[in-house]
Formats: sequence, structure tokens, C-alpha cells
Amino acid sequence: MLRSRTTARLLLLVLVCTLPACSSLGVKPWQRELLAKKEMALDANGVDSSIDDHIYFSKEATSGGRGFGGGGCGCN
Amino acid sequence: MAAAPSDPINLDSLRGKVVYVDFWASWCVPCRQSFPWMDEMQRTFAKDGLVVVAVNVDHARSDATKFLSEFSPAFRIAYDPDGVTAEQYHVHGMPTSFLIDREGKIQLQHAGFRARDREELAGRIRALLATH
Repeated sequence: MLRSRTTARLLLLVLVCTLPACSSLGVKPWQRELLAKKEMALDANGVDSSIDDHIYFSKEATSGGRGFGGGGCGCN
Repeated sequence: MAAAPSDPINLDSLRGKVVYVDFWASWCVPCRQSFPWMDEMQRTFAKDGLVVVAVNVDHARSDATKFLSEFSPAFRIAYDPDGVTAEQYHVHGMPTSFLIDREGKIQLQHAGFRARDREELAGRIRALLATH
């Protein structure tokens, strides 16, 4: 009896914990200020990334697919 | 939303006008394109009752001030550094703009800004200005 009540409470707690779900997940579009900064880009250094790209191309015989488009504004 | 800490803009006071509300930030690349266009809209249609309100969502006011000094826009600027108003408007991209008719109803929501959007948006503004 006691155990089942504890289990029920625990279950309730777990269920309540799932209620917020993904409601606070991620960064809002107007909060992307820092992400939009140049130094936050995956390829912040142009020369460096072009060298990396060249090595990648030479080894894999493929190019492109690195980084992503857009300035972090969430509109592209 | 506040134009200055002591000077909030209340959209209710703009009832009877067609209001173009634009959420922008200094770091947002398309915003740079939208500013000259919004300026043009404000200058062209001010006499017909258009009010452009650009809501800045930069955390630092200095970033906004620097951006504004490049454009010195003729329209009204409001500041929402904590995104309170942006949250209420469910802004899902930067920039996002809302076109509000004379009755205060949102007639159009538009995310992003591209050169090809200009004509269509201007058309919608013109259509709303024509209704009295």
C-alpha cells in the first residue's frame, strides 16, 4: 500500500516534469545577437576554412556542404 | 514597447492609422535592406496615414544607436531589449513585420526581407491606406 502510493507520487512527479516539454528550448530569433557575430560563425576565418576546404576536397573528391547559410537571423 | 525608457509607444494611440510594425536588430542583415525601403514608405505614405514603427530588439542600446546613425530614418523607433513585445507578437524570424489596419487588426505578418518583397508589401500598404 505504502509502496504503491510512493510509486504513484513518483509517477505523478515524472509526469509533471514532462509538462514544460520543449517550451523553453532554443534561442528566440531576437536573441540571436551573439550567434550572429562574425566570430561565432563556424568558418569565422576565411583563409583557414578555404584551406580546410581544399584539403577536404582533395581527400574526399567532393566540395561544399560545410557551414550553413544565413547570418543567424532565422529568416533564410 | 518603449521609444525611450519614459516614452512608450501605444498602438492604441495610432488607431485610425495604418501601422507597419517592424522588429529589427543591428546584427540582422536583411534589416539593413529594409530600412531604406521603410523610410521610403514612411515618406511617401505619411500623408495618407501610414505610421512605420520599428521595434529594436538589440540588448545594447548602443548597437541600435550606431545602426540608426547610418540610416537616420524618418520613422518611429521603439526599443524592446528584453524581447517582451517580440514574444507577444510571436516573432519567428528577423526581421518580422506586421501590417495593422485602421481598426487595429493585424492584416499581414511577414518574416524576412528580400528585395523582391518590396513591391508586394508596398501594394498591401497601398490597399490598406485606400480603406477608410
